[in-house]
Amino acid sequence: MGEPILQVHGVSKFFGGLTALDDVDFEVSCGEVVALLGDNGAGKSTLIKCISGVYRPERGQIIFDGHVITGHTPMEIRGLGIETIYQDLALAENLDVGANVFLGKEKKRRWLGLFPITDDEFMRRESEQALDKLDIHIPSLRQKLVNLSGGQRQAVAIARAIYWNAKLIIMDEPTAALGVPEQRKVLDLIRTLRQQQIPVILISHTMQDVMDVADRMVVMRRGRVVANVPRREATVDLLVKYIIGAEEMA
Amino acid sequence: MKSKSSSATSLDIFLNLLARSWTYLFLVGLLVFFSLTGPGFFTVRNFSNILVASTLVMLMAIGQTFVIITSGIDLSIAFTVGLSSVIGATTMRNLALGGMDIGLAILIGIGAGVLASLIPGLVNGYLVAWVRVPPFIATLGMYGIVRGAAFLLTDGQQVVGGLPQNLRDSLSSIGNGSLIYTVPDIGLVFFSRPADLAPAQLRFTDMLLPYPVIVAALVVLIFGFILGRTQFGRHTYAIGGNQDAAIRAGINVKRHLLMIYVLSAFTASIAGLLHVFRFTAGSPLAGESALLSSVAAVVIGGTNLFGGEGRLSGTVVGALIIATLTTGLVILNIDALWQFIIVGVIIIVAVLVGRVQQALERRQI
Repeated sequence: MGEPILQVHGVSKFFGGLTALDDVDFEVSCGEVVALLGDNGAGKSTLIKCISGVYRPERGQIIFDGHVITGHTPMEIRGLGIETIYQDLALAENLDVGANVFLGKEKKRRWLGLFPITDDEFMRRESEQALDKLDIHIPSLRQKLVNLSGGQRQAVAIARAIYWNAKLIIMDEPTAALGVPEQRKVLDLIRTLRQQQIPVILISHTMQDVMDVADRMVVMRRGRVVANVPRREATVDLLVKYIIGAEEMA
Repeated sequence: MKSKSSSATSLDIFLNLLARSWTYLFLVGLLVFFSLTGPGFFTVRNFSNILVASTLVMLMAIGQTFVIITSGIDLSIAFTVGLSSVIGATTMRNLALGGMDIGLAILIGIGAGVLASLIPGLVNGYLVAWVRVPPFIATLGMYGIVRGAAFLLTDGQQVVGGLPQNLRDSLSSIGNGSLIYTVPDIGLVFFSRPADLAPAQLRFTDMLLPYPVIVAALVVLIFGFILGRTQFGRHTYAIGGNQDAAIRAGINVKRHLLMIYVLSAFTASIAGLLHVFRFTAGSPLAGESALLSSVAAVVIGGTNLFGGEGRLSGTVVGALIIATLTTGLVILNIDALWQFIIVGVIIIVAVLVGRVQQALERRQI
């Protein structure tokens, strides 16, 4: 693993009297899949939202790719290359793959050299290449997303992220709504991202997923990081103990 | 990821095609039926009447299509049409009476009518996008406000008349005129009806391309292009499909919705101004009766009331179906009230067909 691309130093976040994050340190290196574990309310989502700019931490510093990003807006942070893929995927399911990959940044050409129209052919081709990089083949790119499977949609969301040069992808429960074969495909996608040196932060409650793809497991409890376990030392048993607080890391 | 094995049968494909094109087939069926049974239905004159009659609903339905695709609705156009017609007619009258050149008075009147429609459009858009009032409620409020305003402007009168005769002649020559006429013994005549026709010739002179139809067709082409081919159209669909996704993709959803409601008011104002040209008068009630028909045309045309889906070509067919029914029933001497029943049935069928079609599409992957 190389230098850390993301460094979270001593970040704290309060909601009124509640301490959502308490002096959290967290790092992600290039080509690393880091699982973020913890019970509901442990602070995983808050941490993610501080990284993606949705929340502004009260204390601490977040450095990404050489930039201090603490307090930046979500759009600025996306612009720097941190892409968050939420459970709902944020796709327009009534549109096709190309339209979704380019949503809000449509490629245009001039019709009759005059009127700007969407260049659907270009967007479809580019999307196909982005999906090829992920080893995903969708039979008809003209299909509306509503007609694709859950895993294929997940792939479209990831393809969109990497097409626009995501350097870090945060995935929130990517397999939660999927059937077993689809879950497996999503895990394959995560491995593909690792091969391409794109780091992934994976939030998941599914221990098996985490054990399958993560290089490192970070466990949070009550707003603190309580464990940082490399894959080779991790067992489901140990992780569960950290999650429920039956074990503390030395 | 491999595709699921294809389960589409040729029957599925046929049904899907049928579901996609049934409104076109229905329109053709109606035309054939009325042509065979209604004396005088299958004539140039009648077809041009149907087209002219369809323009009011069509123009209102064009803007409504955009609004409904964003999963909104615009009830206020029922009176935006009237407001534009009242302001347009009043402006033209007062300027003409004040001695202004008729052509200029008409142009300024058109401008005033369009500008007037901006007010309800902007207010609707502001309420929906910024204040987050549900479109039904926001535009229902504007429905009442615009209605009251239009009637206040006419002192409660249903008609703004009193236009000087020369102004009325100019308006009518466009509103009831045609780009091309077919005149017996002469053939095609362009721009206006020849002045010195024998009564028999006059009686059989038909309008091949009435100006109101040309106006409506231009509006259809322009907005069909915008909806189908441009980034604006793409964002319209995206907002209707998943507003959150649109916001996160960086689309300025608020500004877009504002423009959508302004657009809806704009096509309604064109309908209102056409009213002035056709009837040489304005009326607060010019669009009232066409509101539900305009929504019906959109829905019959396959636009999903929940947003995200629809085409302007479908809306055009929907508006033509309604106009054909109205005219055909009159010619067959059937009580025109049947029109409402038949349109009601078609709306329900349209929604059901839409649902079946979605299911079929899914099976074809």
